[in-house]
Amino acid sequence: MPQAHQIVERVFREESGRVLAALMSHLRDLELAQDALQDALIAALEHWPQDGLPHNPGAWLTTTAKRKAIDRLRRDINFAKKTEIIGALADWEASPEDVAMDSETIPDERLKLMFTCCHPALSQDAQVALTLNTLGGLSTPEVARAFLVSEVTMAQRLVRAKRKIRDAGIPYQIPPADLLPERRDALLAVIYLIFNEGYGATQGESLIRQELCAEAMRLGRVLVDLLPDPEAFGLLALMLLHNSRRDARVDADGELVLLEDQNRSLWDQAEIAEGLAILDRALHMHQPGQYQLQAAITALHARATRAEDTDWPQIAALYGELARTSPTPVIALNWAVAIAMSEGYARGLQILDTLDEEGKLDGYYLFHAARADLLRRTGWLDESHAAYLRALELCQNTVEQSFLRRRLQEVESQMMV
Amino acid sequence: MQYILLIYGTEPTSQPSPEEIAAEMDAYNAYTAELQKSGAMVAGEALHPVNTATTVRVQNGKTVTTDGPFAETKEQLGGYYVVNAKNLDEAIAWAAKCPGAKRGSMEVRPIMDFSQAQ
Repeated sequence: MPQAHQIVERVFREESGRVLAALMSHLRDLELAQDALQDALIAALEHWPQDGLPHNPGAWLTTTAKRKAIDRLRRDINFAKKTEIIGALADWEASPEDVAMDSETIPDERLKLMFTCCHPALSQDAQVALTLNTLGGLSTPEVARAFLVSEVTMAQRLVRAKRKIRDAGIPYQIPPADLLPERRDALLAVIYLIFNEGYGATQGESLIRQELCAEAMRLGRVLVDLLPDPEAFGLLALMLLHNSRRDARVDADGELVLLEDQNRSLWDQAEIAEGLAILDRALHMHQPGQYQLQAAITALHARATRAEDTDWPQIAALYGELARTSPTPVIALNWAVAIAMSEGYARGLQILDTLDEEGKLDGYYLFHAARADLLRRTGWLDESHAAYLRALELCQNTVEQSFLRRRLQEVESQMMV
Repeated sequence: MQYILLIYGTEPTSQPSPEEIAAEMDAYNAYTAELQKSGAMVAGEALHPVNTATTVRVQNGKTVTTDGPFAETKEQLGGYYVVNAKNLDEAIAWAAKCPGAKRGSMEVRPIMDFSQAQ
């Protein structure tokens, strides 16, 4: 009955993050919780096609997984603290809010799980992988594929991280107020990293890339539901606004299309509208931050019906503000480009040269690509040509390489004239 | 849970002044007192400098003794505390309060609990 199996798997995917989070609050062991959840999936595949979908699949899975966890704990004689955990599970079972399998609500503990997965005592690689594997419901092979590492490597990375959570006592809680800003930033960084891994398409297959973007946005939505924080809203708005351009970013031949050359009718208007509304909500909380600023910049692009309608002075001002609070090379570069677009190419080039003197940008292909572009627009073709060559040398991504090569050819043909 | 907070730092190359030593002692005494008052203190000791360290191995039944620590690193283990903490965040908070965190770095490691294992 393949169709029934598909339904079970879809429901399982939707519910698994929530169920896992509920299990974690009693088991405090991600490995055990995931194993028990896997057992519950097997039980669901067996029962649901025969008995029909339960009234509340999430509660069914939680109760079943809990029983499976108790079975596993009883079998595992070496497990320290097992008496304690079995006791806690039994109490949980007896608690009034969880009387029946079809009880309406399992408490949403996913925020705790997010904070645990993104704890700074774990490497960021591990944070990203864990978040996708537990909350995103991506299987280990899928996460491995997304990050272009072997399944074995990814499985080891995940197991090591889960054991560290258990053995080092990484807490399963929403951080206290004094830690919350720092931990929130770590969490937002992980979600944005997942999105960028999908959106930036630095390498790899396109299908899993799209899934990463979708996962990041889904996590962003869960996050704003559970933690209505202005920066969390800012990040969600930013992702939606970027994602709205997905179809216009690459042409039929798979070639990259620059923002100014994109067919704006391909932009997803529903996503733009949602992104703008969410950004608005964030800005009304009057606690600006880097995600809100970036979303505001993206919003200005989204609002321009034609490339020439873009409000570059406003964008330059926002990048200036961003550069003040987070002085990274990428932001400085974008600021220079915005200045070039609003105050003239010569002024932009001047700023790029100043940035270059600080020496941080020479190894960065986007710096050379931006410089090449401004030189081309100014008519300094020889210099532009040299800068495109340097950018090509440094660029790793095949789609972007092909774009640079096209530009290089254009400059060459202009040079012949 | 119990955690060990290992205090690492670069050892001073010249003899610190009596005032410096007194200030350091005061800082550690205050920290120890705070740990004790909260009930988190299990143990804690300061170590003699690394030039007093000896590495011992048994190879083919023979005891091999060599001078110095096992690994040459810039930062040396200078002392430790063992604390009771509810979770890693609490242990991290204690580590951050230790005077050693300002001068060097702290390594926080959970201590194995065999009490419930069979």
